Amino acid sequence: MSKKALLLHGDDNCAVALMDICKGDLVAFEGNILTALDDISIGHKMAVSNISTGSKVYKYGAAIGSATKPILRGEHIHTQNLVSDYIIGFHR
Amino acid sequence: MLGYLRKDGQLGIRNTVQVVFLVECAHHVAKKISESFSDDVQYFGFPGCYPSDYGYRLVERLCTHSNVGAVLLVSLGCECFDRKRLEKDINESGRICHTLVIQEEGGTSATISKGRLIVEDMVREISKTERRNMAFSDLIIGTVCGGSDGTSGITGNPAVGRAFDKLLASNAICIFEESGELIGCEPHMMSRAANDQVKEDIDQAMLKARNYYSTMGLGSFSNGNAEGGLTTLEEKSLGAYAKSGNGKITGVIRPTQRPTGPGLYLMDVVPDGEPRFGYPNICDTSEIIELIATGCHMVLFTTGRGSVIGSVISPVIKVCNNPVTYKNLHGDMDINAGKIISDGLSLDVIADEIVNLVVDVVSGEKTKAEKVGHAEFVLTYKDFDFDKTSCQFA
Repeated sequence: MSKKALLLHGDDNCAVALMDICKGDLVAFEGNILTALDDISIGHKMAVSNISTGSKVYKYGAAIGSATKPILRGEHIHTQNLVSDYIIGFHR
Repeated sequence: MLGYLRKDGQLGIRNTVQVVFLVECAHHVAKKISESFSDDVQYFGFPGCYPSDYGYRLVERLCTHSNVGAVLLVSLGCECFDRKRLEKDINESGRICHTLVIQEEGGTSATISKGRLIVEDMVREISKTERRNMAFSDLIIGTVCGGSDGTSGITGNPAVGRAFDKLLASNAICIFEESGELIGCEPHMMSRAANDQVKEDIDQAMLKARNYYSTMGLGSFSNGNAEGGLTTLEEKSLGAYAKSGNGKITGVIRPTQRPTGPGLYLMDVVPDGEPRFGYPNICDTSEIIELIATGCHMVLFTTGRGSVIGSVISPVIKVCNNPVTYKNLHGDMDINAGKIISDGLSLDVIADEIVNLVVDVVSGEKTKAEKVGHAEFVLTYKDFDFDKTSCQFA
């Protein structure tokens, strides 16, 4: 199975998709395998553990914001469940 | 590598004539004059009628850039830009400079005809410019990212960071910028400061950026960033920050301040003073122009979504972060950093590719943007308190 996602740091709770991943795909990353619960496009993030509301999401070993709802292992992490701890971005 | 030796001692990697309008009313004439020549004759200008001190300084620094051999100023005649002072400053740098005033030359067509004759002479004259060997220690290289996505922080940005590490080891000057896109990276950046003063300068620059963005109610975050998988500003920042590599940060500079010693510099692009409405939000081209006004010979531009731009005066090398984007826009991209994802190449392989291309571009090879004729320019009105800076500059 080719490597579909990359865990950037040992402390991270999300991985980055290295190709377009489909819901139900088995995704291998750094010695682990999980099932994708959503379609996840290249460059997008997938939870590699369960994350509770208000908990930090870590990427590059650094916090990139807080979860706004519970996130399950394998779920797509994006604007629907993650918010900046600094400035809320401008969206169309 | 061979450079063009300017009379002020600078070494350029391009030998351009710049036709410069001093108010939007002279834009058309400047454009028409430059368009009848090859790509080494370019035009840009100051659009407003009332230049700020910073606006003057920026135009002056661009006209006396190492890649510029001669300048034709085009004035309408009644604008407030101090054309006499600018011509004097350019002449004092040893560059050829002439001014045409449309109201005194008999209008549009007469000025265009006369301008073409003057530029013809300038092109002939600067073709005699002496060439001299150029080392990495003679180079000033900037980096900027635009159209970032979720691949940027894991491919092209860290690869440029490694290229910066290699260039710094050869005593080049490297500049990264856009403090607003580094929000969230403050503690790590401060830990890389060369001394306590630089640490304090980074802290102040970042405080100003956070204040500016929260007051304006704008973040440096676009719809395209979100579509590409980036969710928050701090996530985008961490990816952008990777462009700076691992070197010690030698100093914090403001646009138009030319670093005098080798090292890695953070360019603080957020205006000084209280945030004031009227300053437009950033765009990639205004950042590239600010980097060039600090003396950058070329700019390494990383993009995930796929920006196609180039610039007047200095070449822009485009590093494409996303393999899908590269496939789609390869005619605009110089480096395919997406191979890190698609082919499993290491960051170091791409960093070497970037450094090799830097050498080629210094040696005259045209970038993709140059080949297809990109020569963008945007000037952003700002104010800076240049007395505040702790570094000493020429």
